[in-house]
Amino acid sequence: MKTIIGIIKELIKDPMGKIGFIGVLVIIILSVLAPIIAPYDVTEMFTQDKLTGPSSQYFFGTDNFGRDVFSRVIFGAKVSLRVGIISVGIAASFGLIFGVVAGYFEGKVDNIIMRFMDILFAFPSILLALFIVSVLGPSITNTMIAIGIVNTPVFTRTVRASVISVKSMEYIVSATSIGLKPKNIIIRHIIPNILAPFTVQATLALSGAILTEASMSFLGLGIQPPDPSWGSMLNESRKYMEMAPWLVIFPAAFIIFTILSFNILGDSLRDVLDPKLKL
Amino acid sequence: MENLLEVKNISIDLKTKDNYMKLADDISFNIGKKQSFGIVGESGCGKSITALSIIQLLSYPLKVSSGQILFDSKKGMVDLLSLKNNEIRKIRGKEISMIFQEPMTALDPIFTIEQQIAETLKFHTNLSKKDMRSMALEMLKKVGIPRAEQILNEYPHQLSGGMLQRIMIAIALICKPKLLIADEPTTALDVTIQAQILDLMNELKEYYDTSIIMITHDLGVIAETCERVAVFYSGQVVEEADVAALFHNTAHPYTSGLLKAVTSIGDKSKELYTIPGMVPAGGHMPKGCRFEERCTKTMPICKEKAPELAEIEKGHKCRCWLYGERGDNK
Repeated sequence: MKTIIGIIKELIKDPMGKIGFIGVLVIIILSVLAPIIAPYDVTEMFTQDKLTGPSSQYFFGTDNFGRDVFSRVIFGAKVSLRVGIISVGIAASFGLIFGVVAGYFEGKVDNIIMRFMDILFAFPSILLALFIVSVLGPSITNTMIAIGIVNTPVFTRTVRASVISVKSMEYIVSATSIGLKPKNIIIRHIIPNILAPFTVQATLALSGAILTEASMSFLGLGIQPPDPSWGSMLNESRKYMEMAPWLVIFPAAFIIFTILSFNILGDSLRDVLDPKLKL
Repeated sequence: MENLLEVKNISIDLKTKDNYMKLADDISFNIGKKQSFGIVGESGCGKSITALSIIQLLSYPLKVSSGQILFDSKKGMVDLLSLKNNEIRKIRGKEISMIFQEPMTALDPIFTIEQQIAETLKFHTNLSKKDMRSMALEMLKKVGIPRAEQILNEYPHQLSGGMLQRIMIAIALICKPKLLIADEPTTALDVTIQAQILDLMNELKEYYDTSIIMITHDLGVIAETCERVAVFYSGQVVEEADVAALFHNTAHPYTSGLLKAVTSIGDKSKELYTIPGMVPAGGHMPKGCRFEERCTKTMPICKEKAPELAEIEKGHKCRCWLYGERGDNK
């Protein structure tokens, strides 16, 4: 089994992999060090400096309340990443459980789980997430729950498909033939062997989750003001777009940068983890 | 000889909502203690599923529909088919173990050799980690693996097919089972390695007093390793005999055909011998003998009535009308 360091080494050998890896690393560092990097508090209003352009004092300018856009964008990274990771965590955990159960036991259980997932899958994800949030009420926790639920079917399908292919491998029959219980076979042999597609799916889902969060916040049903979020920043700055384009450009640029980095990383990760696709 | 395993009239069905086929029909054979028993037949004749059914490894839609498999376990004779899941698990790997055709895929790619060997021990014994390692080491040396210490820490992809099959044998024998089922253990290996593996199995069989069921389509393997043989055709046993009797006193036309089809170096004939025709498709069994269409010695009765497996001389059973009314038990 490849070690994490081995995977990273192989990843950065590929130029695209290097770009994705460094991009994601930058986002992670920014969000972890946000309180240190950000020069001002995200809610602090400099009323005399409303809507000023980028300068050495305010790197990305200020918004209509006189808040520092740079600080807000940096903290927005923290929020986005947090929402992304937790919601993908929720989706991945449920997806793993449902997928393994459906794939391993097949038959009726499989049918019930997968038809339910199909129903969830049939809704456009943003619509379903908005629906869930409007039922639960808008807040950061509910946003994470909603995005988690929306992403569960993709994970369930990926996991189920991998489980079915791994299950037919001879080493699983072999493990049965030495007397292992289904529980041991699942934990010791099946789950470790499906980790590769699972990890790739998680990376790709992260960018999707971040984008969904941004869209929901833009529509006003995600992160609530005054908490900074790229989506809600875009929404608030719509009215000032012509006067103060920096209000739109910087959060949008960060959204693009983040999504692109995660997608590139996910693609390269698939090449590294799945040798079958590397022909 | 005392019997270790008695397979009694088992039938294996493939049964789904809209499909029903009998893949193995009324199979019976006995395996003595310390005996090596060969099962030979072409692809799809039911030899592998019969072997899998012994340790209940058949999965949906395959199912044993009737019969008994008696095994002389620690608790005395038990019917393996009637055991509960947790009871059969205690027998798997401990009293009956199995080696597979493809050593390359039969080991989990993400575990080291040590972890793979230890897995069986962990489940069936209470040994400490250190004891398990020393046992694994000893076992690897016994199956003729060089630099065993190092190999314990290596992964399956670092080793060759022959080595992996030796490791499979080590895993299968580490709990000193009474019965080893080898499902085409040498098919995926090249000829020189084949001979080594067969020698190794013979050697270890003597050492551990294990009975072996050797499933193969290679009569050469049978000649080299087995004492008694059952020839399978289309889900039935067509001939069962001691190995010498089968080769020198062949009774069933199918077995003669198989023997004729074996090529040997120095054979100058231009074409290889083949048995004409095809195996009857599952679900469309003829009324008479299943081999009738392809048989060179067919008689009128063959089309009409299926022959029974009957003893034609002591210890030699055959399912054929050539042996007249002796073949008709009814």
